[in-house]
Amino acid sequence: MAEDPTGQAPRTGRPPVIAPGYTFATVTDKISAIVLSRRTSMGWIVGFGVGFILTMVLLLAVSYLLVKGVGIWGIDIPVAWGFAIVNFVWWIGIGHAGTLISAILLLLNQPWRNSINRFAEAMTLFAVMCAGMFPLLHLGRPWLFYWLFPYPNTMQVWPQFRSPLVWDVFAVSTYFTVSLLFWFVGLIPDLGTLRDRAHSRFARAAYGFLAMGWRGSARHWKNYESAYLLLAGLATPLVVSVHTVVSFDFAISIVPGWHTTIFPPYFVAGAIYSGFAMVLVIAIPIRKYYGLGDMITMRHLDNSAKIMLVTGLIVAYGYLIEGFMTWYKSEDFDFFMMKNRLMGPYAPLYWALIFCNILAPQVLWSRRVRQSVGALFTISIVVLIGMWLERFVIVITSLHRDFLTSSWGMYYPTRWDWLTFWGTVGFFGMSMYLFIRFLPMISIFEMRTLLPEAEVEAEAK
Amino acid sequence: MKRPPIFGLMAEFDSPTELALAARKAYEEGYRRLDAYSPFPIEEVSEAIGFGHSRVPLVVLVGGLLGGIGGYLMQYWISALNYPINVAGRPLNSWPAFIVVTFEMTILGAALFAVFGMLALNRLPMPYHPVFNVERFAFASKDRFFLCIYADDRKFDRAQTEKFLAGLNPKNVSEVPH
Repeated sequence: MAEDPTGQAPRTGRPPVIAPGYTFATVTDKISAIVLSRRTSMGWIVGFGVGFILTMVLLLAVSYLLVKGVGIWGIDIPVAWGFAIVNFVWWIGIGHAGTLISAILLLLNQPWRNSINRFAEAMTLFAVMCAGMFPLLHLGRPWLFYWLFPYPNTMQVWPQFRSPLVWDVFAVSTYFTVSLLFWFVGLIPDLGTLRDRAHSRFARAAYGFLAMGWRGSARHWKNYESAYLLLAGLATPLVVSVHTVVSFDFAISIVPGWHTTIFPPYFVAGAIYSGFAMVLVIAIPIRKYYGLGDMITMRHLDNSAKIMLVTGLIVAYGYLIEGFMTWYKSEDFDFFMMKNRLMGPYAPLYWALIFCNILAPQVLWSRRVRQSVGALFTISIVVLIGMWLERFVIVITSLHRDFLTSSWGMYYPTRWDWLTFWGTVGFFGMSMYLFIRFLPMISIFEMRTLLPEAEVEAEAK
Repeated sequence: MKRPPIFGLMAEFDSPTELALAARKAYEEGYRRLDAYSPFPIEEVSEAIGFGHSRVPLVVLVGGLLGGIGGYLMQYWISALNYPINVAGRPLNSWPAFIVVTFEMTILGAALFAVFGMLALNRLPMPYHPVFNVERFAFASKDRFFLCIYADDRKFDRAQTEKFLAGLNPKNVSEVPH
């Protein structure tokens, strides 16, 4: 058996994408056993429990919001966007890494993605769910959210299609739908595997229902592969477009600090940056506690760290250009905005974000750091905090000093802001725990294709 | 046509290479109503049984076109015809502002057609299929490879076909009841 299915390890000395010695049967058993036969561990129950409690906190915060209105949040004029939009942009950015891994890396023929795409896609779905809650709750009357869609109604009015906020509704809802379809299509063959492996009647019925009668026929596979590749091709421009449209929410306005053409690329890079940080935050504990180090190898962590480094540098370039453009434009309001950002009341947050997003991740240049699981985990958390701060700085410092001095104000989040935010973190965690318990977190059929025995020998070609 | 007494005959193989070879031989022998089953996609096998082209790309193209054209026309109809708002004489059909939604609708249409088109072309969901009557078939989703020749094939003959399949060096040959 070859040392490495990609044939790259002997030459480059890089760790393989899957440890040697696996067969179709052992790969299948190892991944499906986590779902089917492994005892639910204490750690899972505790982790799920924490997520569940925080989800209940979220329900509480949302219920109170529905009763009292958005006044329970810290938002006011001039800062009317506040935490809701900060968290929306942060969450939706996190989702982007999942689509990047599943779609763009598939088209670029990067087989190492096969062991991390499934849970990264799940991460995308849950992150987009968390993201979607915020603008809806921020509407003021969330129960009328469907007014955003163009449907024939007795009021005889329509959404304004020239507004970026309506574009955003289409972008985010399309993104969620396509991510869900992509994820589910990827799951179908593995659901078939679970149906055939499950012992309990209920599990057989449930997985069998979801597998829809998948039987791995050559005709099925041919149509399947075709659809899967095309979905990847469709999701690729989509992932770039979603955060571009999110950035239009800002860039199309005339607010100093928002009205700039660098926003779309720099938002997309920032999204992938925070997304990969979240991938590492999830992958590192999973591979440790479920013993999946053979499938999610150091090579995956190393590659993810490199992508973080690159996208982090693009983000740094974005900050630089923001500064340069302010100087180049030579407009009083822009100068003031930048001065206020660097030295105003929220300046500590700005410098913290520079530290988290630009300075700290530079240690990833070192191979030793990229090989250290603990260091990667820490850096990823730092980047997640940094990217959250970035959105906070963009939203709040640009708004709180209005054009007229008489309209200046400050923004302070209230306890309900914090409870809603941590509630979505808990909802995200709870959903991830449920996912790894009930569905194969690594794509089994794609792992089989990585094995050397999956090659059809020359005589049959 | 009269319904044959069994659904077909099924041979089990150990490796993708063996399955590809067997599928090719069966096709060359003149069998057309046959299918191969594997735990992961194998390009050579679908070619061997004469299923070289998938119609999914065409379906996706249609979906994308419908989504895109429909998306644009919806905005045009709403903004220029049904509810025109004159803002200082600016054009009602302001197409640059409509591009984002048109693009999103294109992707959405194409993706929906890709998934549901693929399922429809594969005749899924299918609650019952005779191949599952073979007990060993559960391994088709794990590490075994199967070739099934349907009994409604014109060349199918219970004894002859069984002999032919046995000659392909399979692990075993079994009958697939309806």
